[in-house]
Amino acid sequence: MTYKIVHYINQFFAGIGGEEKADFRPESREGAVGPGIAFKAVFGKEAEIVGTVICGDGYFAENMDEASEKVLKMIAAFNPDAVIAGPAFNAGRYGTACGAVSDAVGKKLGIPVVTGMYPENPGVDMYSKDIYIIKTSDSARGIKDAVPAMAKFIMKALKGGSVGSPAEDGYIERGIRVNCFHEKIGAVRAVDMLIKKLNGEEFTTEYPMPVFDRVPPAEPIKDMKNALIALVTSGGIVPKGNPDRIEASSASKYGTYSIAGVKSADEVAYATAHGGYDPTYANSDPNRVLPVDVLREMESSGEFKKLYDYFFSTVGNGTSVASAKKFGAEIGARLKKDGVDAVILTST
Amino acid sequence: MVKAIEATGIPVVHICTIVPISQTVGANRIVPAVAIPYPLGDPSKTPEEEKVIRRAILEKALQALKTPIKEQTVFN
Repeated sequence: MTYKIVHYINQFFAGIGGEEKADFRPESREGAVGPGIAFKAVFGKEAEIVGTVICGDGYFAENMDEASEKVLKMIAAFNPDAVIAGPAFNAGRYGTACGAVSDAVGKKLGIPVVTGMYPENPGVDMYSKDIYIIKTSDSARGIKDAVPAMAKFIMKALKGGSVGSPAEDGYIERGIRVNCFHEKIGAVRAVDMLIKKLNGEEFTTEYPMPVFDRVPPAEPIKDMKNALIALVTSGGIVPKGNPDRIEASSASKYGTYSIAGVKSADEVAYATAHGGYDPTYANSDPNRVLPVDVLREMESSGEFKKLYDYFFSTVGNGTSVASAKKFGAEIGARLKKDGVDAVILTST
Repeated sequence: MVKAIEATGIPVVHICTIVPISQTVGANRIVPAVAIPYPLGDPSKTPEEEKVIRRAILEKALQALKTPIKEQTVFN
């Protein structure tokens, strides 16, 4: 049988226009348009592009809910077996649109769908957990590789094949773990990897670490004797009783607490809310995590001018990067406003 | 948090035990601590000795904040 496929593309790939036509509203056309013709060539008789739905990137980005709904209706009208969106390469709004369309197709129509993007496309951050995004190059020059890869993926899905690992099937990791039996036990594989590492040979980790963005180092303090220093901790030290009810793990908030006039973070007034380490030592002397006592001594002896009147605390235990980022941004903005010169952040 | 605060232009020194995590996440000024449950102390010592340990780490932290750096630096 010949499978029926609908293709979603933007105004640029449809040949309607560039940025000046980005407000182009969703439109449905019969058959293949633009890159759809390349897909058609790869599919041969196995599948047919029965229709193409086109939407301007600007229009989609500014009216995401409405545009998604309209595009989805137009796609559904073709009664397709599967959907292809893009590829969007590194075009941010196009990637977002392809992600939103693919996500809606998967969730609402329940048919196979695939898109393609460059890994740094913002659409990847937004949708890679929900949909299959084939890894492409950053520009349309990569279309000759992207089209066969996307076509192969969608044909496999249509024929009922199970999805392989990201490396096997060329899509961007979705963060899904699949249990499987391996011919070698973990210990053997770990030692094999270690030996390769020691020999300077290439090896593939079974647990890739997330990639974190970087911030350039801030300028150092030139005049420490006149510096206002703030204390922040992810070690969960809070006033006893945890007034803000900061969670012991996966914290959704941080607390802001006055230490004006406080000489020491003693065990009478403070304790930890952290659920990720043995709290015995922090609770018997919270200065071990929040070193107010020694900082006060250093303040008195003039090593720096003043300890900022508040400390900020959260629990760094399974806390999402997004939450931590948000806490940091809010704390940073407040410290900046209050003229704080430097921050000491302690972690357990 | 370290990075988001530093993004405002305020230098941050991260006092932490698991230095590789701090490096992976991207702290720029890192001072190693004693242990996870007591980064700035040591319950096997007397309170006075603990304060000496704590002071040494904090002195290092202030030193780190005074030091111009171009890349991630661990202040041992």
